Amino acid sequence: MGNPCAVIGVGQTEYRTKRTDVSIAGLVREAALRALEDAGLTFRDIDAVVIGKAPDLFEGVMMPEAYLADALGARGKPMMRVHTAGSVGGSTANVAASLVQGGVHDRVLVVAWEKQSESNATWALSTHPPLSPTIVVGAGGYFAPHIRAYMRRTGAPDHIGTLVAVKDRQNALKNPYAHLRIAGISREMVEMTPMLWEPIRYLETCPSSDGAAAMVLASEDAARRAPNPPAWVHGTAMRSEPIFFAGRDTVNPQAGKDCAADVYRQAGITDPRRELDCAETYVPFSWYEPMWLENLGFCGDGEGWKLTESGATALDGDIPWNASGGVLSSNPIGASGLIRFAEAALQVRGLAGEHQVEGARKALGHAYGGGAQFYAMWVVGSEKP
Amino acid sequence: MTTDVAVVAFAQTKHTGEDAGLTEVELLAPVISEIKQTTGLNRFGFTCSGSLDYLAGAPFSFVSALDTVGAWPPISESHVEMDGAWALYEAWVRLQHGDVDTALVYGFGKSSQGSLREIMTLQLDPYYLAPLGPDQVSLAALQARAFLDAGHKEDDLRAVAARSRAAGRDNPYALDLPDPGDEGYEVAPLRPYDCAPITDGAAAVVLAAGDRARELCANPAWIRGIDHRIEAHSLGARDLSRSESAALAAEKAGARDVEVAELHAQFSHEELILRAAIGLPDDVPVNPSGGPLAANPVMATGLIRIGEAASWIHRGRARRTLGHASSGPCLQHNLVCVLEA
Repeated sequence: MGNPCAVIGVGQTEYRTKRTDVSIAGLVREAALRALEDAGLTFRDIDAVVIGKAPDLFEGVMMPEAYLADALGARGKPMMRVHTAGSVGGSTANVAASLVQGGVHDRVLVVAWEKQSESNATWALSTHPPLSPTIVVGAGGYFAPHIRAYMRRTGAPDHIGTLVAVKDRQNALKNPYAHLRIAGISREMVEMTPMLWEPIRYLETCPSSDGAAAMVLASEDAARRAPNPPAWVHGTAMRSEPIFFAGRDTVNPQAGKDCAADVYRQAGITDPRRELDCAETYVPFSWYEPMWLENLGFCGDGEGWKLTESGATALDGDIPWNASGGVLSSNPIGASGLIRFAEAALQVRGLAGEHQVEGARKALGHAYGGGAQFYAMWVVGSEKP
Repeated sequence: MTTDVAVVAFAQTKHTGEDAGLTEVELLAPVISEIKQTTGLNRFGFTCSGSLDYLAGAPFSFVSALDTVGAWPPISESHVEMDGAWALYEAWVRLQHGDVDTALVYGFGKSSQGSLREIMTLQLDPYYLAPLGPDQVSLAALQARAFLDAGHKEDDLRAVAARSRAAGRDNPYALDLPDPGDEGYEVAPLRPYDCAPITDGAAAVVLAAGDRARELCANPAWIRGIDHRIEAHSLGARDLSRSESAALAAEKAGARDVEVAELHAQFSHEELILRAAIGLPDDVPVNPSGGPLAANPVMATGLIRIGEAASWIHRGRARRTLGHASSGPCLQHNLVCVLEA
């Protein structure tokens, strides 16, 4: 794992359908400046900048680090661009942490964003390249069959997805940055919305958001000088597996299990439900909460939906998942993973505001992408490991 | 304190100047097989790649590329939407942690699929520059003009092209391009031979740390310094006749006393600007492989420079070499890697 690394600054923009008030550069700079303010630093103090976002086709700006170097104060510094599909926000944080853990830098600014209003993500995911299969129906159309397979496999009742959709939106009402803040959100309201991809209803999906999130990651020396409490990185892990092959379990993917096992080993966690105080996980469609509860080892196979149904993952449950409202409430795609990692850090720093999980000391940040084949995770804690 | 990491193997395709009917995955697969065979490794502690979705005009080029690696059981893997040289940098950083000791790095690109010079326009400032539609060659020509105005001659550019093409003809992996002829301007002051050719290809490198590197390779090419720097995006904010970011990266990477350098110069004048910025004396051979002017498989070209520089050490023909990679319009972003026997 290398040298100690800590989160000393977190910055987020308001997540909205359209941020027409800012350019892409303005958007990322807003998040970066807030993270620097939290860390008590300026761009001058930063050694390197790492940025991440989902496919360039989402905004039509290719290799955007070139254009964003000035807005992110990177002139004369190393700058990198990470891209690992939907998991990219998490991977970007891990790559930035790696620079500190590898002893290369002391203070790294990491920023991830998406400005979905610049184009249409479903269109960008539905191109027809020659000689290759195409998803054609966006992410929901790709994942719906996997959800149906999960329901058949576990006998989960139909309403579980609805429970997650309501729970995460209730949490979002406590998060001033959240995109979807739906007053009076209820099961009836979710069930009234149209079915998009059986069994996923409109309110069981994530929104399309504009937004950016940033963190300042620091070495031990730099963290000791930070004005606000740090979140220490206890482990980071990434795993990938091929998208198509006959031996693959697309419902409970091996790469997710292996990634969790790796990050838990580094963090010394053997019983995640008991030893973690909360988790921010990538749940873009409601049913992915019970599916990831199993994949991440919070319960046994087939038990995830029961955990959700029991209320264990609610803000007042024993293992709150997505206290921030999660991806279901804000989804600037390329940033969504980084937001999970940043929210996990805010929880263990005790700075999560109204959606703070009381006494949170250890938290998981999780992101996935591609055909549920790319994973990035970290565990952060209030104590230096 | 850094962990010693070396380039222990390098493989590349026989690059083609036209579409040879292969997909990006089919280009890459033999290279990955070759490098696994060379090293005897089938699994790596870390894997990292570089590619560009816009070459295929579809998202997620790297997803199907994963099929070439054999990512089962699942692997620890990441990707940069940058030249493979930056994937190598990320892997080098990862090896500094000390818990893994091998890394596979690859880059690939099939630029014959579209109009590269127009595609590259999309990497410009989307509000103030890209809408004006300046293409890559036209921007390079602006830089070439600034360079010539600083006291150089068009013949200097021609000499670079002639030397690169001759060297490329001796390199079985590069294109077979004729000596510069009596050609008109592509975009003045650049002539067609001053511009890197459209090329399809792929490359892979294996990095290993410490004793593992010595086990895997008789003459490991140790990375003695590696650094990269970006500068202002706007061409108007830079002195285009020089490369500040290349000079800074070279200084940080300790680029002194090298015997051979491979530079990611996609236009003749870029080689001369980089030579000055990195501080290479006149007697240091640059791009003995022919360089990008003889084969430019975009997104692998920078990685190939490091691979070629390492090959001199692998073959025992040099003790200290340099590989360079560039990104962004007009050398905005530069990476320098110093290798040693």
